[in-house]
Formats: sequence, structure tokens, C-alpha cells
Amino acid sequence: MSSSHIVSVYDEDLKYLSRRISEMGGLAEQMVADSVRALVNADLALAQKVISDDVVLDEAERQIGEKAIITIAKRQPMAADLREIMGSIRIAADLERVGDLGKNTAKRVIAVANSSLPRQLARGLEHLAELALMQLKEVLDVYASRSPEKANSIRERDSEIDAIYTSLFRELLTYMMEDPRNITPCTHLLFCAKNIERIGDHATNIAETIYYMATGAAPVGERPKDDTANTVGAIGN
Amino acid sequence: MNMMSEAAVEKALDQKMNSVPYKMIGKDVSVYYGEKRALFDVNLNVRENTVTALIGPSGCGKSTFLRTLNRMNDTIDNCRVTGKITLDEDDIYDPNIDVVELRARVGMVFQKPNPFPKSIYDNVTYGPKIHGLARTKAEFDQIVELSLQKAGLWNEVKDRLHEPGTGLSGGQQQRLCIARAVAVSPEVILMDEPCSALDPIATAKVEELIHELRANYTIVIVTHSMQQAARVSQRTAMFHLGNLVEENDTDKMFTNPDDQRTQDYIMGRFG
Repeated sequence: MSSSHIVSVYDEDLKYLSRRISEMGGLAEQMVADSVRALVNADLALAQKVISDDVVLDEAERQIGEKAIITIAKRQPMAADLREIMGSIRIAADLERVGDLGKNTAKRVIAVANSSLPRQLARGLEHLAELALMQLKEVLDVYASRSPEKANSIRERDSEIDAIYTSLFRELLTYMMEDPRNITPCTHLLFCAKNIERIGDHATNIAETIYYMATGAAPVGERPKDDTANTVGAIGN
Repeated sequence: MNMMSEAAVEKALDQKMNSVPYKMIGKDVSVYYGEKRALFDVNLNVRENTVTALIGPSGCGKSTFLRTLNRMNDTIDNCRVTGKITLDEDDIYDPNIDVVELRARVGMVFQKPNPFPKSIYDNVTYGPKIHGLARTKAEFDQIVELSLQKAGLWNEVKDRLHEPGTGLSGGQQQRLCIARAVAVSPEVILMDEPCSALDPIATAKVEELIHELRANYTIVIVTHSMQQAARVSQRTAMFHLGNLVEENDTDKMFTNPDDQRTQDYIMGRFG
């Protein structure tokens, strides 16, 4: 990004994409934060707002995709420009999914609102959401700076979220075993936790895309994973 | 997830490409036009049965380098070439080498289609006649048909072989020039912006042809179209101010080049 294009409108096309991605990121962040707040406070109005915000996010993704396609057709981008545009498409798709996950959490607010669950559980979810949101915020900052080093460090931190998710999973199981009446709300909360955990994965995807945009290479090594929830309950666990 | 395996595939491809033998080797090639130095110690090797694209801004020396490969620079009075260029094992600047024979081995196609003001048939047989590659009419007929077929022109002109070559469309003329180059069974074909005077359809036909010719010939092409270089070549060399800046696999060159100057040039940025 050292110098500008000879054709200045080209720069504007790329700036447009980058600006719209940042906007999408801001909205997705807010949706996730709102959805968790709505869940914890049983705030149905806020949940409704999250659900309607998702339309805006979907539309933004569509517009970014369209602009990207037109730019590719018009300018035949090469090297870093091509990676930039392909990256925009991927990041927009990840952010759109983040919005969907927020919306899904918001939809469950109604089901969970009527049950009385211990505050402790809600706090666990809040903590998980805080971490996922922090990761999302950081990855959006990295998007603005396009720093491959920072992108890599975010990628390595996803394991923290995975670990908390696994412990929430165990906790929810315990409540369900205590009292079968907890099964319905706990199942919803389990989905909510999974939604939030998935947001961390999308943030990691975005970090990997940014790394690729900046360097033209895939990040080295396996993505760290501490999500062992899929084996909870298996023999020996 | 598949990151390692993709890298492994890429490495295998690189190794495959790296194992292709060199057809021509250019070592410390410099070219002077009188006092002016146009090329600075260029070390560039051309791989066999590979399309090598030479790119770079106007005046960067890419055409100059191309012309050293069959000594076309000899035709320019004050032009001087230093360094060494070999074709297989032969030093092409050896005083004992027959330049006419060299140019039969290293043919050339120019920017503007330049058929001779003769019939299509005579255009193709011109080279083989000079080089004594055929004697009987049947032999010449065969060369004409084969060359025109290789150039993808046979079906379009087989019923009017004795009409003037200049009566063809621009794209057909260019393919006639390629047929003419192919007729003397060269080993290497040099192309100096072969499509810059052609419309997109004719360009696509020439590119398709380049793709097919690669199986039997080694091709070096100078092009101003980055997309064309990306489409037709396997290796790309970037020139700037008379220097070879970078030579790389074409796929790498256009997605993630090593040199900043290549990056700026292919992305259309100010250097």
C-alpha cells in the first residue's frame, strides 16, 4: 500500500471496500454485544433490534461482493490488489456469519427469558462473549493496519475462547442433570455459547485472511484448538 | 486446514518446473546502442518447452533482450552486445556461427503482422526455400499444410492459398506470420508483442496457439499486457531500466511477486 494507483478511481474502489468492511465489522460487533446483553437481561426489545439489524448486515455483504466483482472485471487486479479484493469478499462473508450468530442468540432470548437460571451461568456466557468480542474488535483493528504479525497473534489466542466454551458446556450439563426442567433453557444457552464460540472462529478466519492479504501466504502451522467439548461425556472424560 | 499439503503441492510443482532444462542461457548480457547502455548484465535463462514472458515498462530493455536471442540486434548499426548467450551448447555470438541458420533455429514473430506481399502459400514456403528444407512441390505442399495447421489457420485459408497474404485480416495475418516462422522448424520462437495490433478474438486465437505450440517449441514473448503474460506463460521476467528485476513462476509473479518494482508495475502503481 506504499503508493497509489496511476488510475486514481481504482484507489477509490479499494477504499470503498475497506470502508464498508470496517462498517460491517462495527455493526457485527454491536449485534453480538447486544444479543448477549439481551440474553442476560431478558431484554426482548433489544433482541428484536438485533434481529432487524441483521438485514442491514446481509445487505452490506451483498454490496461488497458486487463491488468486488465489478472491480475485478473492470481493473483486472494483480498481486496485492487481487488479494485485497478476494480478502474483502471472504471477510465480508465471515462478518455476515458473525451477524447471523448474533441474530440466532437474540432469537433464543424469548425461550430463555421465562426460566430462572443462576446468575453464574449468565456471567459465564458474558465472559465468553467479552473474549469473543475483544477478539473481533482486535481483528478489525488489525484489518485497518494490515499487520501480518498482529494477525498471527490473534490467531493463536482463539484457544482461550475454546477452553471457556468447554467449561461452560460441562457446567450446563451439570444443571441439566440436576433438574430436567433446566433442559430446555440450558439447551438454548448451550447453543448461545456455541454461537459465541463460533464468533471467535470467524475472527480467527478473518485474521488468517488478513495475513494472506498482507503476505500472499497462508499462516504457518495448525490453528491452535482447545475446544474439547466434542469429547465431553466420552469414556475417560 | 490443508495448508501444509497445499504448500507441498506448490513445492512439487516448483521442483517440476525447476527440473525443466534450459534451452537458452543468457549470461551477463549487456547491450549498447552507441554510447547508450540499454541492458545491464542480464542473467536470464529460457526453459525448454516453456513460455517465458518478458514484461516491464516501455524502454526497459525487454525487446532488446528478446532481440539478442537471435541476433536481430546485428541489423542495427551501432548496436553492441557483450556477455554470452547459448542455444543448447552453442554460443550464438561465436564468429563462426551462421546467423541465417541461427535465425532458422530461433524464429521471430513481430508486433505488426508483416506478411510478404506474396501469396499465402509463398509466405510459408519462403523460409524452407532459402534453407533448402524441401525440393519437390509435394514436399512444399506438405510444409504449407502442416505449418498452417500448426498456426490454426489451415481451415480458414486452405481454399485460397494463392491469394495474397496481405488480404487476410490482421489476426489471420499474424497467424500466417507464425506459420511462416514455424515452417522452418525452429526450436525457439520469439514473439515481440504479437497481439498488440489484434482485437480480443484474434488475440484469444493467438494465445490458444501459443499454448499449443509450447508442446513442440520454446517460446519467449514480450508483452505489454500483464493479463496476457499471466495467461500464456509459465515463467515471467520483469525488466526495469535495462535491468532484470525478477524472474519467477508466472503464478507467483502475478499473485505475490518478490520485488517491489514488479509489484508496483503489475498493479499499475507509481513506483
